[in-house]
Formats: sequence, C-alpha cells, structure tokens
Amino acid sequence: MAQPQQQPERYTGESLPAWSLPAAASAEIGIGVEWPERVTRDWALGGSTGAGIRVCILDSGVQPDHPLVGALEGAVALRKTEDGEIVVEDDTEGDLCGHGTACAGIVRSLAPDCRLFSVRVLGAGFKGSGSVLLEGLRWAIGQGFDVINMSLSTTKKQFSGLLHELADSAYFRRTVLVASAHNMPVESYPWRFSSVISVGSHEEADPLTFFYNPSPPVEFFARGVNVEVAWIGSARIRSSGNSFATPHMSGICTLILAKHPELTPFQLKSVLYLTASNVGGAK
Amino acid sequence: MTDQNLQAAVSAGVMSAESEHRALLQSIVEVARAIFSAKAASIFLHDEEADELVFEAVAGEGSDSLIGTRFPSSTGVGGWVLVTRQPLIIDDLEQDPRHSRETAESTGYVPKAMMSVPLLHDERALGVLNVLDRSKEIEFSLGQMDLLGLFANQAAIALDLLQRARHARAVLNESGGDAGVIARIASALEDLDEEQREPVLRLLAALDDVLRADVPF
Repeated sequence: MAQPQQQPERYTGESLPAWSLPAAASAEIGIGVEWPERVTRDWALGGSTGAGIRVCILDSGVQPDHPLVGALEGAVALRKTEDGEIVVEDDTEGDLCGHGTACAGIVRSLAPDCRLFSVRVLGAGFKGSGSVLLEGLRWAIGQGFDVINMSLSTTKKQFSGLLHELADSAYFRRTVLVASAHNMPVESYPWRFSSVISVGSHEEADPLTFFYNPSPPVEFFARGVNVEVAWIGSARIRSSGNSFATPHMSGICTLILAKHPELTPFQLKSVLYLTASNVGGAK
Repeated sequence: MTDQNLQAAVSAGVMSAESEHRALLQSIVEVARAIFSAKAASIFLHDEEADELVFEAVAGEGSDSLIGTRFPSSTGVGGWVLVTRQPLIIDDLEQDPRHSRETAESTGYVPKAMMSVPLLHDERALGVLNVLDRSKEIEFSLGQMDLLGLFANQAAIALDLLQRARHARAVLNESGGDAGVIARIASALEDLDEEQREPVLRLLAALDDVLRADVPF
C-alpha cells in the first residue's frame, strides 16, 4: 500500500515573481485543451471512473476494509501531544465515529477507480480540534492531493484567517477543496471562502444531480437526504446532512478531473457551473 | 443595603435563574419531541473541563433517570456533531453495533433513528440536541432539518443562560461582599477566547498581587 509522504510540508507562502505577461510570452500560456462550444455532462465526465485521482477524506478516519470503501492507499491521524505539539502518525484505529467511512464510501460509489486517502483530524481527545483541523488541512495540501473532502467546519474566528490562507494556497496549487456549508444561521469556515467549492443538500435521489446556486455563499447543492452510506462495523445506514452532499460533489469533481486533469480549480468550477442540473447538465 | 444583603439578593436571583433556565430547556425538548412525534428528545451540555457530554434535559424514554448522566465526548455521533458543528440525521442506527452497545449500556434505550444537531452560541459549541426515533410517518426532509435548527438555536440560548447562572453562583459562593463586581468580570471573561483571556487573567493576577501587597501610595 502506497503511503503518502509522512513529513508534512509546511506552507510558507508562494514565490513572488513579477506578475505580468510580456508580449513575447503570450504564446507560451496557450490552453492545451480546446473546450467544446457547449460543455456537456458527457464531455465533462462521461465514461470517467475517477482513475488516478487522489482524494483525501479529512474527517474521523476511514474503516479501511469496508466493502463500500475498498482499498485505502494511505491513512494518517493527527494527534496533539501533551506538549501541545501536533504530530502526524500512521492511523491504526480507522474510524472512531463512522462519518469518515460514510464520506469515503460516497466518493467511491461515484468514482470507483479513484485513489482514496484518509487524514483523521477527529477522534480521541476532541479538545483543541481547531488547531488539529488546521494542521490536518495544511498537511493534506502539502501532499498535493487532487481533491480534499471537508465535511466539517469550525466556528472559531481565530482560525478563519489561517484557514482562508490555506484554502487559497490549495486553490493556487490545484488542490480542490470541497467543503460542507452550514445549514444553520452561524458563521463557520472554510466553506464561506470563495476559493473552496461549498456544498449544501438537495432532496433528489440521483447522486449525479447537482445544482448551481446563483445566491452564494453556498455555490452548489448535491444529494444529501436519505443517502445509504457506509458505516463502521461494515454496516450500511441511511443518513442525511450537508456532510453527505459534500462527498457527492467531491466524487463529481473526481470524475471530471480524471477525464480533464489539466483543469485548474477555477476551470473546474466553470465546468461544474456549465454542467449543473439547473444550467446545462440536463442537456 | 449591606454587602451581606446584596450577596443574598444576587444569590437568590442566580438560584431562581438556574431553575427557570432548566424549565426552559425541558420545555424545548418536550416541544421538539411532540413536533417530530419522537420517542425521546434530549439536550446534552458539553462539560469542557471533563470533555464529557452531560444530559441536561430529557423528554420521553429514559426521562426519569438520565439527567446528570455523562458520556465521553470523544467518540460517537454526538461527539462528531459537537466538534464538526454539523447536524447529522441517521436512520437504521441499530446497524451500528458499537453505538447500540454503548447506548444500551448507558441509557437502557437503543434508538433506531437519530437527529443530532449542535447547539451553537457565538463561536462556541455548547452541546447537542438529539431527537430519537421520530415518527416513521414523517419522512425526513430539509424542512425538518431547518425546524431542528430553529429548536437548536433556542436551546443554545437557554443553555448559555444556564451556564452563566451556574458560573455566577459559583463565583458568589467563593467570593465575599464584592461578589457583584466579580461576577460581572467573570461573566465577561467567559466570553473571551483563549488568546484574549490570557492577558486579562495576567492583569487580574497583578491586581491581586497589588491588593495583597498593601503597597503604600
């Protein structure tokens, strides 16, 4: 089993070249792929199985041998030591809640050939979870995953600045951050940041139906009601919540990226818009 | 009014506030249970010191014996909801063998379905509201999720008031005649996050030193 690199790469800021485009360089930034006149679902993801795309489930861990999840390519857990230091270790406990397994199973059901990884930021000793969540995200971005599923949020304002910086960093490094929107009237992060793909629930049963929301901050709605999901103990349960809509959107992103690996997060969002069920997706 | 009289008056106010806030919490779970035609509804307070979830109000199954019962908040659906601040609706819960066993051992009642929502006040997650085994005739919809969220808002406000009342009482119990000022400072401190609290505590410690030192001005 291939493990992700164990040493977390610290985000230390982008290099700062002069941001300009001399006339002689304009030919060098041509876009390799020609988009069709009408971007359709079939062009975007038809025939894709998510092959090769590395998807990280940042959650409560994942039960590795669950029949609905299949093989995990790597699993780590973050833990706060008594000295307050946060360490990244191989995860030997799997899932302590069931939720991460559920998210992983949804992504797998949509993108059967994707490469799944688990980064556990929840579990024994939930205290101080904000800083563990932050470090887990920083570590995952450092690994260069293609998609990071975040079916969680924090309400702590003290973390919002750093989370925003990390979300932008992911965006510029071609890691797509898919985050659950809150369905209660509270401020929480990172879903409110425009550099992530934020997801709420719709009530329809088709896993590939998703809607663009013309009234942000929530950008997309995906299936999140009465979903059969994987659960610990190799169980299957029915569950509802935005946290299950999010892996549906992660799965759809995975399918598109497997077929069009050159897409930046900006371009991917554009494809999602053009193929949303209320835009052009039904055509 | 003497200091002793003032303390007695404030204490009486705080004491009655606690029982009223408790009644409000109880009323919220009763209504939540009725609206969803559920077998039970409960509110847990998160005891940050012990990192445990404590039953504060229960309606329906187990309501007689559960108040004050504690669970570790580090595992399970309630813990996940508390930490992630995301509501979670689960059906077929009996298929989760660990949940069934742990719940049965601690409450004697094993729900088949659970709606769990965090109780959020400002930046803090104060606890969790659970609705167990809603009527099977009510198919889950996003409208129900919104309704649950509204109850959660109400419960969070009541829980915050209850916590403040308890804190004020503790301060009163420990302090002398100047309890009113101390209670106000303690209440303000409670609202600060860790970073803001630390310099204020240092300032108070310095003030304490000055007062104890009997420094001539």
